[in-house]
Amino acid sequence: MHIPDGYLGPATCGVFYAGMVPLWARAAQQVKRTLKAKQVPLMAIGAAFSFVIMMFNVPIPGGTTGHAVGAVLVAILLGPWAACIAVSVALVIQALLFGDGGISAIGANCFNMAFVLPFVGYYTYKLISGNSAIASFRRVAAAGIGGYVGLAVAALCAGTEFGLQPLLHHTASGQALYCPYGLKIAVPAMVGGHLLVFGWVELLATALVVKYLQKAEPALLQPETEAAQ
Amino acid sequence: MTTVKKLWIGLGVLAIASPIGLYLPDKFKAGAAWGEWGADEMKELVGYVPAGLEKLSSLWNAVMPDYAFKGWEEKGLGHLSLAYVVSALMGIAIITGVMLLLGKLLARKGS
Repeated sequence: MHIPDGYLGPATCGVFYAGMVPLWARAAQQVKRTLKAKQVPLMAIGAAFSFVIMMFNVPIPGGTTGHAVGAVLVAILLGPWAACIAVSVALVIQALLFGDGGISAIGANCFNMAFVLPFVGYYTYKLISGNSAIASFRRVAAAGIGGYVGLAVAALCAGTEFGLQPLLHHTASGQALYCPYGLKIAVPAMVGGHLLVFGWVELLATALVVKYLQKAEPALLQPETEAAQ
Repeated sequence: MTTVKKLWIGLGVLAIASPIGLYLPDKFKAGAAWGEWGADEMKELVGYVPAGLEKLSSLWNAVMPDYAFKGWEEKGLGHLSLAYVVSALMGIAIITGVMLLLGKLLARKGS
């Protein structure tokens, strides 16, 4: 889901950079208000986890590849705004050092994977888990479904961004200037792959870590009560 | 051992296992991620390279493009796996550094 340089026109790139600036500011403000010093290592682990889980490319046989992002897990442990910062840092390092995702598309990629994904996933998790016990299976299921739904909606955003390009930018003869595939191809391709294969990786990774933490460190699964203390 | 320490170890295990993310796509003959094709692949797919894409695609020169050392693109999966693990460890180290710094700036003190 890492949109490279050249697939989005300058207008789209600009809009998403402009959109992310206030979101990053809000995230910094929110984290400043709630994050405790002793939670900082966990936030670093979250960012590093997101980075490394994205390296696990999963194939659709004979087709494309994709991967999980881990953003919903970070959101469950530290809140969606902290996840926004953690995943943004991972995405910026991927773009700068490894050329994974374009420099011009950092705004769009952060919007999809560091904003939409953790927020949609986190609130799906909250909705399903309700006030169930921290150690309940319902919480494990809610975490997995949160990951799955979050990744699918992020893929829908990326597909829409790709798909708008031929409408926005083309030559007089009709050749595309940037991404050549319209909404009818880009959206089903992005959403389909993530519903069919990659979403399940996000589901499993999120659910398994939550299941492990239920036993090992249940306090980590109660960020709000912690923050309220 | 604290849970946080165990999570760090878990990250190390993931870094060492990361070449799975190279082997699986290779084994199942899967290509690039959708919308992440290079110019050559694009030409094969749609018959031309969109002009703006061609211009912008070389906007940035990454230090380790595609998690590989420069010039290693044509080497076998073994070499690429080594570079992949090095990339994973490097990425984890740099991101941890950045996050600890950000955390220091943002987090509430003394709690």
